[in-house]
Amino acid sequence: MDFTYTETQDMIRDTLARFLGDTYDFETRQKFINSDSGRDPAIWTALAQDLGMLGAPFAEEHGGLGGGALENAIVMEELGKVIGIEPYLPTVVIAGGALKAVGGAQADAMIPEIIAGNAIIAFAYAEPQGRYDLANLRTSAKKDGAGYVLSGHKSVVYAAPWATHLLVTARTGGNARDRDGVSLFLIDANLPGIVRRDYPTVDGGRASEIYFENVAIPGDALLGGEGTGLPLIEQIVDEATVAVCAEATGVMQKLHEGTLEYTQQRKQFGVPIAKFQVLQHRMVDMFMEVEQARSMTIMGTLKLGLPANERMAAVSAAKAKVARGANFVGQNAIQTHGGIGITQELAIGHYFKRATMIEGQFGSHDYHMDRYERITLND
Amino acid sequence: MDMEFSPEDLAFQQEVRDFIAENYPADLRDKQDEGEEMSKEDFLAWHKILYKKGWIAPAWPVEYGGTGWTPTQRFIWSEETARADCIRLMPFGLAMVGPVIYTFGTPEQKAHFLPRILSGEDWWCQGYSEPGSGSDLASLRTTAVADGDDYIVNGQKTWTTLAQHADWGFFLVRTDKEAKQQEGISFLLIDMKSPGITVRPIITLGGEHEVNEVWLEDVRVPQSQRVYDENKGWTCAKFLLAHERTGIAGVAASKRGIEKVKAIARTELDGDKPLLANAFFKRKVAELEVDLAALEFTELRSLAGPNANRGPGPESSLLKIKGSEIQQRLTELTLEAVGHYGAPYFRGFGEGDNEHPIGPDYAHRAAPTYFNMRKTTIYGGSNEIQRNIIAKMVLGL
Repeated sequence: MDFTYTETQDMIRDTLARFLGDTYDFETRQKFINSDSGRDPAIWTALAQDLGMLGAPFAEEHGGLGGGALENAIVMEELGKVIGIEPYLPTVVIAGGALKAVGGAQADAMIPEIIAGNAIIAFAYAEPQGRYDLANLRTSAKKDGAGYVLSGHKSVVYAAPWATHLLVTARTGGNARDRDGVSLFLIDANLPGIVRRDYPTVDGGRASEIYFENVAIPGDALLGGEGTGLPLIEQIVDEATVAVCAEATGVMQKLHEGTLEYTQQRKQFGVPIAKFQVLQHRMVDMFMEVEQARSMTIMGTLKLGLPANERMAAVSAAKAKVARGANFVGQNAIQTHGGIGITQELAIGHYFKRATMIEGQFGSHDYHMDRYERITLND
Repeated sequence: MDMEFSPEDLAFQQEVRDFIAENYPADLRDKQDEGEEMSKEDFLAWHKILYKKGWIAPAWPVEYGGTGWTPTQRFIWSEETARADCIRLMPFGLAMVGPVIYTFGTPEQKAHFLPRILSGEDWWCQGYSEPGSGSDLASLRTTAVADGDDYIVNGQKTWTTLAQHADWGFFLVRTDKEAKQQEGISFLLIDMKSPGITVRPIITLGGEHEVNEVWLEDVRVPQSQRVYDENKGWTCAKFLLAHERTGIAGVAASKRGIEKVKAIARTELDGDKPLLANAFFKRKVAELEVDLAALEFTELRSLAGPNANRGPGPESSLLKIKGSEIQQRLTELTLEAVGHYGAPYFRGFGEGDNEHPIGPDYAHRAAPTYFNMRKTTIYGGSNEIQRNIIAKMVLGL
C-alpha cells in the first residue's frame, strides 16, 4: 500500500501546471471560448507535440508515457484548475480507454493519432430519452453487407464541433434498455449523413446534437464484439467518471482558494470578512470537501482495475461524494463572494458553472447512490 | 500509488488473525456480547496479552517498545482488531502521555514510565479540562507553586475519564500567573494516590460512570515529575492533541459498526421486508458508507502519502471532525434501527442474574451508546475548536 506519486507522475503534474499557468489565464480562456470555434487549437497541438501530454496513459510502444488512470487523473485535475475546455476527457480518457481495452489493429492505428494531437474524438452516448442509462439506446446500427447503417439522435455531445472522429454507442440488436445488443463504434466525424447542431455549453465548452441519417459506416468501425459492447462501455464510462472527479477536485480547490483570497481582501464593518468566524468555519467545511474529493478520486482511480461490481461500487461512491462536495463548495464560494460572485466578471463564477455541470456528468448523486446500493446493499 | 497488500502483508494479516483467534479471552468476548459494563481488569486483560506478544504499542518508535510496523501493517492491525471486535485499548498511556514522555521527557522519566505504560502496570488519566476551562483550555486555573524540590498543586479538574481506575495522571497546571495564558502552563505527572487528591464520579446520559471530577488540595508533586521545561507545558499539550485527533478518526471501528447496523437492519422488519430494504433507511446506511470511505482514504493519504513521515499535523483536525460525526451517525442509525426496544433501560446484568432481558441483545446498549457518543464532537477539542485550528493553521486565516 502506497499513496505517493512517482517522479514521472510529479513531472507530468509540474510540466502541465507550468504550461497551463503560462497559456491558460482566465482572460485568455474567455477570449478563445468566445471565439467562433470556441477554442485555441494551438494549445491542443502544444499539449501533444511540445509536452507529450496526450500520451500520458498510453503504452510506450504506441509512443505514450506508459501511464494509466492515475496519469489521467493528474492531467484532469490540472485542467480543472484552469477550467480547461481541452477535449482530453473524450479523446484520451474515453476513446483512448476503449482503444486500449480492445487493442489490436484499431489501437495501433488510432492511438498514435491521438498522441500526436491529430485526432479529436467526441463521445456520442447520451440520448434524449436515456438519462444516465447507458443501455437505453434508440440509435441503431443495422448490418448492411460488410458494414452498418447508423440512425438516431445523440444528445449534448461535448467537443463534437471540433471532432475528427466520433465514438458512438448504438443498438445492433435487442430491445431498448436490454443489456445485450449494444455495440460501440469509432467512426469518422464527417461521414455523409451526419448532421450536427452545434452550440456552446454553460461551462465554456462546445457541444452538438448529432443526427445520424442512415450513415453508412465500415465494418471495422466496430470496437469489441457486436452486441456485447455494454461491459466495455460501462468500463470506459467508469474511467471517465473518476476522471471528472479528478477534474472536480481541481475546480473545487480553485473555488476554495479563490474564496480564501477574496475574504482576506474584501472589507466590511472595517475588517476583512475572513475575520468572521462564521465565514472561517464555512471555508473549513469547504476545505474538508476538497480534501475528501481528492481522497475519493484516488480511491476510485485505484479501484478501476477491480472486478466490475467492486469497480462500479467504488466509482459510484466517489462520484456521489464528489458531486455533493462540488455542489457545496461551488454554492458557498458564490455566497461568500456576495454580489460580485453572481457576475460573469470574476473567474469564480465560471468555476462554479463547471462544478455544477460535473455534478450531473455521467450520473448525478442520486443515480450513483442508487447504483451503489444495488451493488452493495441488496441482499 | 497502489493499495495492494504484498505477500509479506498478507502473511502478516494471517498472523494477526490467527493470533487474535487463539489468544482473545473468551470470557471477555462473552461480556462484550452481553453489553456488560467493563471493569478495569477487563480493559487490561487484552492489553496484557498484547504486551506479552510485543504488539501493545505499534505507533511508538522501536527504541521505546514499538513494533516497527509499516503503515500498511498498522492499517492491517487496526482493521483486524476491529473486525474481531477486540476491546479498545485505553489511550491515556499508550496514545497520549507515552508519546509526550518519549518526545519531551528526561531519560529518568522515560526509563521509569514507558515500560510501565507498555505493561499496563500504570493506568493513566488526563487532567486537562476544568469547570471554567473547556474549549478555552489555556484559561486553566489549577496552580502549581514551587516549594523546595516540589510543587504544591491546588485546583479542580473535570471530565477525567476513568480516573477511578487511575494510578497516575498527566495534568496541565499554571506555574506562572503573570505570563500570557499559554506561556505559564506546565505539564506534570501526578501519582493519583497522593494525599490531597479526591476523585468524584460524574454519571453521564447513558448511566455510565465514565468521567470524574478530580480535586487537588495541597498535593505535593516532585519537580522531577514535570515533563519538559517549566511554563512550556502548552507545547506538550498541543503535541498530544494532534496525536489524540488522529486516533480519534476510528475508521476501522466505524467500518465494523456499519456491519453491525446492517445486520440489525436485516433482522428488524419493516412491513414484510427487512428494514434494510426500506429505501430511506438504506440510503442513510449507504451515505454513511460513502462518507466513511472518504474518511478512510483521507486517513490513508496522511498515513502512507508524501507527508507520512512528518507526523500528525493540523490537518488531523479534519479526521477528528469527520470521524466523530460518523461515529455519532452510526449510533443514531443503530438506535433508529432497534425501534421500540431502544427505550428499556438496563444497567448491565449482575452476577447470577438469569432473568431474561427485554428485547433483542443488540438493542440493549443502543440508546445509552447514542447518548454517550455525543461526547465525540465535544472532547479532544470540540469540533468547533477543530475548525478554528484548521482555519488558523491550514488556511492561514
